Amino acid sequence: MSPVYRRWKSRLFLGLMGLALLVCLVPLASLLLTLVVKGGHVISLRFLTAGWQPVGERGGGIAHAIAGSLYLLGVATLIAAPLGLAKGLFLARGDRHWLTGPVRVLLDVMSGIPAIIVGVFVYTLVVRRGGFSLGTGFSLLAGGLALAMIMLPIFARTTEEAVRAIPPSVDEAGLALGLPRRRVVLWIVLRSAVPAVLTGLFLALARVAGEAAPLLFTAFGSNAFPGSPLEPAGSLPQLLFEYARQPFEELVRQAWGAALVLVAMILAVRLLTHAYTRWRYGGHGGHA
Amino acid sequence: MLMTTVQLDGDQTENLSCSAGASRQAFGDRVFFAVLTGASLIAPLILLLFVAVLAYGAWPSIREFGLSFLTSSVWEPNPERERYGAFPFIVGTLISATLALALAAPAGIGIATLVNEVLPSRLRGTARFLIEILATIPSVVYGLWGVFVLAPWVSGTLQPALAKPLGFIPVFGPPYEPRNMLCAVLILAIMVLPIIVSVSLDAIRSVPASYREAALGLGATRWEMVRIAVWPPARSGFIGGCILALGRALGETMAVTMVIGNGRRISASLFAASDTVASTIANQFAEAPSDLFTAALIEMALLLFVVTLSVNVIARWLIRPAARTGARP
Amino acid sequence: MNLMETNLKPPASTPASPARPPRIVVDRLEAGFGRHQVLRSVSLDLPDRAITAVMGPSGCGKSTFIRCINRLHDEVPGAWARGSIAVDGQDLYAPSVDPVQLRRRIGMVFQRPNPFPTFSIYDNVAVGLRLNGTRKRAILDERVEQSLRRAALWDEVKDRLDKPGTGLSGGQQQRLCIARALAVEPEILLLDEPCSALDPVATERIEELLLDLERDYTLVMVTHNIQQAARVADRTVFLLLGELVEVGQTSDMFTNPKDPRTESFISGRFG
Repeated sequence: MSPVYRRWKSRLFLGLMGLALLVCLVPLASLLLTLVVKGGHVISLRFLTAGWQPVGERGGGIAHAIAGSLYLLGVATLIAAPLGLAKGLFLARGDRHWLTGPVRVLLDVMSGIPAIIVGVFVYTLVVRRGGFSLGTGFSLLAGGLALAMIMLPIFARTTEEAVRAIPPSVDEAGLALGLPRRRVVLWIVLRSAVPAVLTGLFLALARVAGEAAPLLFTAFGSNAFPGSPLEPAGSLPQLLFEYARQPFEELVRQAWGAALVLVAMILAVRLLTHAYTRWRYGGHGGHA
Repeated sequence: MLMTTVQLDGDQTENLSCSAGASRQAFGDRVFFAVLTGASLIAPLILLLFVAVLAYGAWPSIREFGLSFLTSSVWEPNPERERYGAFPFIVGTLISATLALALAAPAGIGIATLVNEVLPSRLRGTARFLIEILATIPSVVYGLWGVFVLAPWVSGTLQPALAKPLGFIPVFGPPYEPRNMLCAVLILAIMVLPIIVSVSLDAIRSVPASYREAALGLGATRWEMVRIAVWPPARSGFIGGCILALGRALGETMAVTMVIGNGRRISASLFAASDTVASTIANQFAEAPSDLFTAALIEMALLLFVVTLSVNVIARWLIRPAARTGARP
Repeated sequence: MNLMETNLKPPASTPASPARPPRIVVDRLEAGFGRHQVLRSVSLDLPDRAITAVMGPSGCGKSTFIRCINRLHDEVPGAWARGSIAVDGQDLYAPSVDPVQLRRRIGMVFQRPNPFPTFSIYDNVAVGLRLNGTRKRAILDERVEQSLRRAALWDEVKDRLDKPGTGLSGGQQQRLCIARALAVEPEILLLDEPCSALDPVATERIEELLLDLERDYTLVMVTHNIQQAARVADRTVFLLLGELVEVGQTSDMFTNPKDPRTESFISGRFG
């Protein structure tokens, strides 16, 4: 085979890869562009601060869904954060325990469960009336629980990594000060890992903030501002899903606005945590 | 490093021992780690509970239809004679996920290769960032875009272009519906692409630089270097990434539900409205007319759970060796 | 022999006299991990208010030896120990002894400076007291200043106590770690190759500091640096493959080693 042929073959295949990259950038560009153009038209202060209005009346907003999303994420954090912290600490500082292996594998597996199934699971266990279910009905609490189950494996994993990044010599230094191990782990190791743990928490939140599937049969959705934790609650992704299927022009418009708000919120959280991490570790060149 | 004990040697009196009664602190530590262990076990226990709960919820349907649930295409919520079969949804799920993977896998591996082996490192960061954004956009937003941008393009541009020369093949033949299987395939392909790219990138990055140098030293072109020195050692990572993506595609719900058209039938045509297991659950669960209907949907969830679980276990197992020897500093 | 070049610590500062009882008495100490035995029947006495250097080639059990003294050795999974170590006549491994309480009396400084990440300089020093229950700000302030002064670091950091400890230079970090250990008011200070990660200038400062601390504390320092042992130690312990080869006044041991293995080590024939 001649060198010329080989060179052209190389160029051809590398060119194909470049083409693949460009082809994949087209939908991304189209999506972001449409989102900004269509969503940008809708967004106004009123849209962000007003609640739901019946179709046909002007001035409806998505504030109830924004509030609902924040409430749901709050409930999810309250459930997932302590459990995730415990798991992360256990996995990172319980090395010799025979359960760390199984726990880690199950967490990995858990992170692969489709979100919709988490919804069905929580529905069967918590929402539904009858059987051995708790029977709360569609509720904010159930929705938060479903989101927590998706958050948990992600947050536990990042917590484990954050704690693992603290070298064992730190534990030893703490023990050598005459502190019991639990205080060393909780007040020295964990505190040393706090920035990285928080980063992980925010990334997990950004990840679940866009989930609609687990909320469909748990939080269900609502046109009202969130009230009691035992009442149904709306959320941005769920509102988006509902409105996009409606035949009314006005609701579709609002769906685009909601989509832009949702994506902007998620990207903002991601970019801020990213910037914070870089600032933190680029800064005083301390630990790894 | 949980509870450590100094081993006792009973014969000697001057043993160095850390006996249990010695220390309140040791007891406190034990309690602390026991609490930690207990809290860590909650979620894995819930996972084990998953099967039990779903099986319990699905039981009426399992008892009623048995294996025919998997093979029957009848979906009849008629209260006098309820019958449910999940076959069309299973087929829809398999077709959409497989085709999406067929599109995304070569593209994803190609992109990962390009990013790591060809692009200057300045562009590398940008490319990773774009892939990151792709992965960050929520499923519903993809769905929204799919409904109002992708689906019109598919039925307005792609379908006529393909139907005219190829319409005699059933795959590209009628029925032509505005929201259809092809939309779902395309949107799934876009959504799983970041997974394939990032796992493949990890695999490629863990290939030692010396392999590449050896290949280039033999006078290989860049493409030959990729074929000889980069892809073979990264292969298990590629496969793992693809299987992980398959798991995601099988269970992906919102975007698919929005663009697939909810056809509830098997059609040879890519332009026919179809349904997947996940989209059927999403669409009908909240409005289930009867308990048996709900049970049938829960059985479908159980099915999907078992399948995605196995797929994920296989993927993790494949990725593991690559991650172990990987480029961790 | 290159002993002539070695800068021996002047014997004048050697307070150990046969009249004073030893502070730490180690009797037939054996220790190891699982099936692996590291220390073999080590028996020796360590004097009060003096620096004892524990010397030997890498892997000889120096670190394990001093980690037995504050029972940090216990914390390693699979670790075991037999024999006894008595401080002021009390056996550290008696069942009634709480290792956590014990470590407050016996401080430790490690090979690599390991200030707590994300903790400020102040918090690094104060954390031991805080977690042991001291809450009053005035007491903490006073003790932090006192400890930092004692570790010869105060003047360098007094204007940036709220800055992270990991931002200091290596030598400063190590002095911070010494201050951190001193803050809980130990009587004995263990140092595990405290200068091995430091440059010569930083090393010299630490050595000066140790000679100053010697007046108030019992210091036990692991080192594989023979010159360092000669410069600062009153007494030197030489371990080889987990066995005690020789222990004695540093000046005696360096000028007149009793064991041929000691002589080879001092003259540089071991790693």
